[in-house]
Amino acid sequence: MTPVLEQKDDSQPPTSPHSTPGADDRAVVRDALGVGVAVGLSGFAFGVTAAGAGVSLPQTCALSLFVFTGASQFALVGALAAGASPLTAAAGAFFLGVRNAFYGLRLATLLRLPRAIRPLAAHMVIDETAAVTLAQRTRRGARIGFTVTGVTLFVLWNLTTLLGALGAGALGDTKTWGLDAAGPAVFLALLAPMLRTSAARATAALAVALGLGLLPVLPGGVPVLLAALAAPAVLLLRGRRERERGDEAGTGTKTGTETAPGTGTETATVTEKGEERR
Amino acid sequence: MSVWIAIGATALGCYAAKLLGLSVPEGMLERPVVKRLVTLLPVALLAALTAQQTFSDGGALLLDAKAAGLGAAAVMLLLRAPFLVVIAAAVLVTAAVRALGWSA
Repeated sequence: MTPVLEQKDDSQPPTSPHSTPGADDRAVVRDALGVGVAVGLSGFAFGVTAAGAGVSLPQTCALSLFVFTGASQFALVGALAAGASPLTAAAGAFFLGVRNAFYGLRLATLLRLPRAIRPLAAHMVIDETAAVTLAQRTRRGARIGFTVTGVTLFVLWNLTTLLGALGAGALGDTKTWGLDAAGPAVFLALLAPMLRTSAARATAALAVALGLGLLPVLPGGVPVLLAALAAPAVLLLRGRRERERGDEAGTGTKTGTETAPGTGTETATVTEKGEERR
Repeated sequence: MSVWIAIGATALGCYAAKLLGLSVPEGMLERPVVKRLVTLLPVALLAALTAQQTFSDGGALLLDAKAAGLGAAAVMLLLRAPFLVVIAAAVLVTAAVRALGWSA
């Protein structure tokens, strides 16, 4: 997809991208289209995965149209395939979608959307639109980036979902093509940029242990929900450790380099939007 | 039918989360504890989901070609490859390992 975008770029004189408002706008649009196209295409993987999990064509398309947040969709389909009850599966998908509320909060201050537009704009508040929008320096750029990324992504995600779901039958056993690896790879790609802090890495490690350890003994979908408890558990443990260190200063031998007094809390609040994924 | 219930619940819940973020007064989600929890929650979920979908087939743990595929994806992520390249690496390596008959 990038060649197309680059061709468009060739038609411009090789000036600095920030020289005029028009060039600025074009740069934003190019960024937004790049992200939209790249991620939109992974909708194909979702369509195939959903079909492989036994979800019907209308159901698969309904997910991409109305849920429209990739990680939750993959999680729901995976949980249903693993035999989770509908509400357990939906709970896992919902908890993944909660992060979009946090994006929305940050985008609200950047975009300053009129009240009437919010219900429509809300549907577009996802990882990718947040990543592009938060990278802009002006409100105009943020609005253009948000809109172009959101619309491109919505159109392509739904189109490729449909193609993937339709094509899954022709592909036969999706495992032959390795397409069952697409779902976890999407999760990993979303997770990777979040692992910058020691709190995040500890949470991930604990969640993996819980998720795998409980998988054979609990019904489908439940282990993931319990693994989510790794987040409050790590916060609680670190909070307690910091308080202890506050009480008896100088005994921080067991924690080593990662949590110098006072840094633990700040690093944990640094959030990440997956902007590397471009 | 039960799949439609799951889809409806997910769609409503996810949309509500998105709209909430755009609509709540700033102070609420900005509280440090909430902020940190919201940051770490997807980390826990994504990590657990990645591990489960890589090392299981429905309800049982197993080690198969997907592990190699996810290894390839991890390498691509370390090399800061674009999103699509990461996914493609996972799919292609998994398929290749299966085609070569090294794994189920």
